[in-house]
Amino acid sequence: MAIPVIYNLRSVRQRPVSTTFTASGMGLVVLVFIAMMALSRGFRSALVETGSRENVIVVRSGADNELISGLSRQTAQTITGMPFVARTPDGRPLASPEVYVLVSLERLGGSDALVVARGIDPEAFQVRKNVRIIAGRMFNPGAPEILVGKNIVGRFAGTEIGGVISFANRDWTVVGHFAAGGSAFESEIWGENEQFMPAFRGDVFQSLTFRMSDPGAFQSIRQTLEDDPRLPVDAHREYDFYANQSYLLTRILSFAATFIAGIMAIGAIFGAVNTMYATVSARAPEIAVLLPLGFRPLSVLASFLLEASLIALLGGLLGCLFSLPLNGIVTSTTNWQSMSEVAFAFRVTPELLLRGIIFALVMGLVGGFFPALKAARQPVVQAARQA
Amino acid sequence: MKYARLVWVNMMRNKRRTVLTTLSVAAALFLFVSLRSVNTTLADARQVGSESRMVTRHAISIVFFLPESYYGWLVTVPGVKSVSWAEWFNGIYRDPRDFFPSFAVEAESYLAMYPEMVIPEDQRRAFLGERTAALVGSGLMERFGWTLGQTIQLRSPIWAPDQDWPFTIRAVYTPTNPSFGDALFFFHYEYLYENAGRRAQPGWYVLEIEDPALAASVAETIDEHYRNSRAATKTETERAFQTGFVTMYGNVGFLMNAIGLAVFFAILLVAANAMMMAARERTSEVAVLKTLGYSDRLLFGLVLAEAATITLIGGLLGVFGAKLAFEGSGFQGLGFLPGFQVKWATAMAGMAIALSLGLASGIVPAWWAARLPVAETLRRVG
Repeated sequence: MAIPVIYNLRSVRQRPVSTTFTASGMGLVVLVFIAMMALSRGFRSALVETGSRENVIVVRSGADNELISGLSRQTAQTITGMPFVARTPDGRPLASPEVYVLVSLERLGGSDALVVARGIDPEAFQVRKNVRIIAGRMFNPGAPEILVGKNIVGRFAGTEIGGVISFANRDWTVVGHFAAGGSAFESEIWGENEQFMPAFRGDVFQSLTFRMSDPGAFQSIRQTLEDDPRLPVDAHREYDFYANQSYLLTRILSFAATFIAGIMAIGAIFGAVNTMYATVSARAPEIAVLLPLGFRPLSVLASFLLEASLIALLGGLLGCLFSLPLNGIVTSTTNWQSMSEVAFAFRVTPELLLRGIIFALVMGLVGGFFPALKAARQPVVQAARQA
Repeated sequence: MKYARLVWVNMMRNKRRTVLTTLSVAAALFLFVSLRSVNTTLADARQVGSESRMVTRHAISIVFFLPESYYGWLVTVPGVKSVSWAEWFNGIYRDPRDFFPSFAVEAESYLAMYPEMVIPEDQRRAFLGERTAALVGSGLMERFGWTLGQTIQLRSPIWAPDQDWPFTIRAVYTPTNPSFGDALFFFHYEYLYENAGRRAQPGWYVLEIEDPALAASVAETIDEHYRNSRAATKTETERAFQTGFVTMYGNVGFLMNAIGLAVFFAILLVAANAMMMAARERTSEVAVLKTLGYSDRLLFGLVLAEAATITLIGGLLGVFGAKLAFEGSGFQGLGFLPGFQVKWATAMAGMAIALSLGLASGIVPAWWAARLPVAETLRRVG
């Protein structure tokens, strides 16, 4: 027969200070765990999730980032005419030949940082489904107008709508802000490729991104492009291309998250063990009553494990609660492939909160196991004598 | 000291709790010291940059090249003692994930400018005398099991990406300062230039100046000179240049400190809880000691001493455990933290934290023991 939960609830309330301390300790561990994971998630969505699996990005053969790539107009036209490029209902190719350059902008509050300026084909908004204008309007073809990604709005001077940013010896008016699902595009400035091209590097694109009409056919598309003697290019799935650029930093972040949360968890588990042992010895007489009443040792074990989990759950909830304000805080690091700044936001997702709670419960169960075992194995006579 | 035994016996009264508390303090201090060392290592990485060397790079970004013709003018700038240049090669050995930094440098002048690299004289000559020779850090040699004289193949996504680049290792350097890094790879700029279809240009120039005090005026002279040319320049001291790189990681320092603070409080809760439990169990003993004539102040001190002993032992385990672990393993943060080590200053800071943990966790139980009303307590003991 199971021991009623209310017994545990009342027991926990009996020792408010000890319970609060243990739960808060676990809460802090959960908080750090969630914070580190939220950072790593935000970083992932900024760099890894930038590309789509349905798109192909074409760069100069051997280039592993856009900065060192170059494609002639001829090459771009040849590729956009190929049959595997998806088309709009009125027959235009869903492709965006792009100019990719770095501009040095002044951060509000001092230092300079490199920002990516991407010259796009107006079709880019169709090619990349996750990009949309959230304020203002699209730039007009032929005008010196630009759009600014939402993560750099307010971080650099002149990024508000109507603001003017100077680079490449010209003034550009900001006419809109865009969002791109947390990806690195949100740290970029977008303008028209035909406007950026003469202002920067002359008659050359850096990359061409197109939507595949059949996303399953990537391998054969890649083969066709790379084997074509007219085309000195490499084709990558857009997703893989950006994911590879952040491999090292992602690895460092997840290593740090595991290392830090793991070691903190050890400390917190020892704390839980202490608390539960104290609970068990303080309640020895009660256990001595429970057993003769007919409760099985297994029920006693379950009951104490449940109590440890309750404390842990409290801690987990505390940790989750305090992690919520972190969501959306924007921080930045560098894309080392291009040396440009990438801003990204902490992402506290429901799934992450759930993992935090599970983490807390695991700490509680591990910490509570041996004390609970001791309680269950308590010889009745000896315990009763203490009473 | 005559009470040391009493403190010890009290600690051993519940061995399991004492051991567990000590270990959790040890875990916390291990973590604290590791996090702190990330910060000190990054701070050192900035200091590696010399104040008497300057770097001239493209004004927009280091990823753009500078013309080779700049060399001729740069050597004539007043205050500049010598000029060398380098270019980022981005060499890949087998797997891109096995990253290490590789540079093509104007070898003779570059080596003369970097006394931080200690190279045996015969190896230095062998390296300088051969076009395809490479100079490799001792740590990198160890990592890949390379030997002197071995020929290795690198690839570069930037330079002639379709071909392998053979290099013969002719010299190995050991850094005078661990923060300089022992995992760098250098070779001749001429080799890069010839093999890369003569497209190569210097990525940046390194200038040695006669006096660090001249840095500002040298920078101004150079940047002014090239302001309206096709490749405008930015010149700064090597230290400022390195600092720029380190800050590009993002706000690591803040992150590490915030986590350190959370660790501190989490363990404070664990330790304080343990001390309170210990004190609660000993109510009657404290009352008896008081009737024997132990003063309130003494009892206060005894409880504090017990708490501090536990956290100090835990601190010793954690702090020196970390120091030994990192020194033994040669951990370098996947190559991002060259010369990672736990400094003595960090170790001392860790011990100070351990002591303050002990005092903070012991203060409430100690106060409680000192204030315990004797008569009332003894009445309950029966």
